[in-house]
Amino acid sequence: MKQRLLTAVNALVVFAALLVLWQIVLWVFRVPPYMLPTPYAVAKAVHTRLPTLLNSLAITAEESAGGLAASIAVGVVIALVFAQSRWVRKMFYPYTLLLQTVPIIAVAPLILMWVGAGEPAVTLIAFIISLAPIIANTTQGLISVDENLVHLFLMHSASRAQLLFKLRLPHAVPSLFVGIRIASGIAVIGAVTGELYAGSSQVGVGGLGYSILYAWSQLQTDYLFALVFATTVLGFCFFFLVMFMEWYFLHRWHESARVPEAE
Amino acid sequence: MNPAPEIRNDVPQIEIAGVTKSYGNGPAVLQSLDLTVCREEFVSIISPSGCGKSTILKLISGLTAPTSGTIRVEGMTPQNARETVSYVFQEATLLPWRTVTANIGLSLELEGVASDRRKKTIASLLALVGLNHVAGAYPRELSGGMKMRVSIARALATSPRLLLLDEPFAALDEMSRDRLNEEILRLRSEQKWAAVFVTHSVAEAAFLSDRIVVLAPNPGRIHAVFPVDLPSPRVAALRTSPEFDALVSRVSHALRETLAA
Repeated sequence: MKQRLLTAVNALVVFAALLVLWQIVLWVFRVPPYMLPTPYAVAKAVHTRLPTLLNSLAITAEESAGGLAASIAVGVVIALVFAQSRWVRKMFYPYTLLLQTVPIIAVAPLILMWVGAGEPAVTLIAFIISLAPIIANTTQGLISVDENLVHLFLMHSASRAQLLFKLRLPHAVPSLFVGIRIASGIAVIGAVTGELYAGSSQVGVGGLGYSILYAWSQLQTDYLFALVFATTVLGFCFFFLVMFMEWYFLHRWHESARVPEAE
Repeated sequence: MNPAPEIRNDVPQIEIAGVTKSYGNGPAVLQSLDLTVCREEFVSIISPSGCGKSTILKLISGLTAPTSGTIRVEGMTPQNARETVSYVFQEATLLPWRTVTANIGLSLELEGVASDRRKKTIASLLALVGLNHVAGAYPRELSGGMKMRVSIARALATSPRLLLLDEPFAALDEMSRDRLNEEILRLRSEQKWAAVFVTHSVAEAAFLSDRIVVLAPNPGRIHAVFPVDLPSPRVAALRTSPEFDALVSRVSHALRETLAA
């Protein structure tokens, strides 16, 4: 506990030092405020436009969470299908790679055309971009079961369903979480990127990505900084939420999820 | 109530006749193997590495089929006889997400035994293998020897008449290994199952078995068979007796011959 407190204090000290450095750069190089606002101006922008900022944050959080949830649900189902046969894997696995390699920025205009601008389009983009790591990791977890355990199940006349739900699926949970951890980060990136294109169905009101574009066009650099900051915070929140869920589900039995003893 | 059927020790539990096994188009792993294991008999199979010892166990359990020859377990095909057989692997192969109790109950659960009967069986097994104090623990909290006890308890849960043990104690330190050997003898005297025990250790085979089969490699075949005439009940002190030493050195000698040939 004391260790973790110390880690938090250290992180805060670094943050303070960065703020000071930022301020010094402004003084020494006389940077105009539309290029780089002062930390105080950013804080003021956060304060005065807090409701708008929170609204944008909520929109993007909703889109990212929706996309992530959908990719977990769909990804796990696809992985369960993949785990059933080597042939199915061989036939369809390359296409999941395609999901990972297709530049989402190139596909975004198409999605806009099909779905129309707004939150559903952005959620769809977050879903597409975060699907591949879920499929890949979960499939790996499902098929990498110890052969002797499979033998044990067969010796006691286990059904296919028992093999899947009592052996393969629980065994895949740690790998699923590896997938979710990766996916949670890119779902947020996907949502923000999506908003740059598919922005909003209502002028001036939208998620973080849309607001970044808007603030940029208005040269509201202080608010732009606030938005970037908010995006980072959102990514952090997702990451820690996933970490907590992972710990919650795995800490009793899985090595990776153990809270390390104080060193 | 019907009287319990009389168990005669000359009734065969396993009959292996003329079994040859090769994987794919590869060379034979086992060549014309003949072996009969009787009810309640404890047979150890010992050999240098790579003689298809584990393959024999897989054949008996029906996890793989022989290339030629026949295998009968209680007169049935290995697949049909599975209900009567339990397997103990070299590793404890526990489900890490289940507690000791839930791991022991696994085999019964898979076979669809009702939960109240399961609980009773588990409780008596926990006491039998001395794991009451860790009933709620997860495998990662246990030592190697304790994990192996759980694995053995799980195997015994279905009241098997035949136990297949694939080098179960190879990864343990000598102390735990000796203790578990004594445990196995005790459990067997209470529950009367037959066993095929695969091992690298001559002393372990001598201590546990009624009969020791020495395999020669390339392809795996029977080189020599040693009946074990050591006094019973077998106790730890037996390991330092002259008869025991004599048997161990005869078996070791046979084992060396297989390498020279």
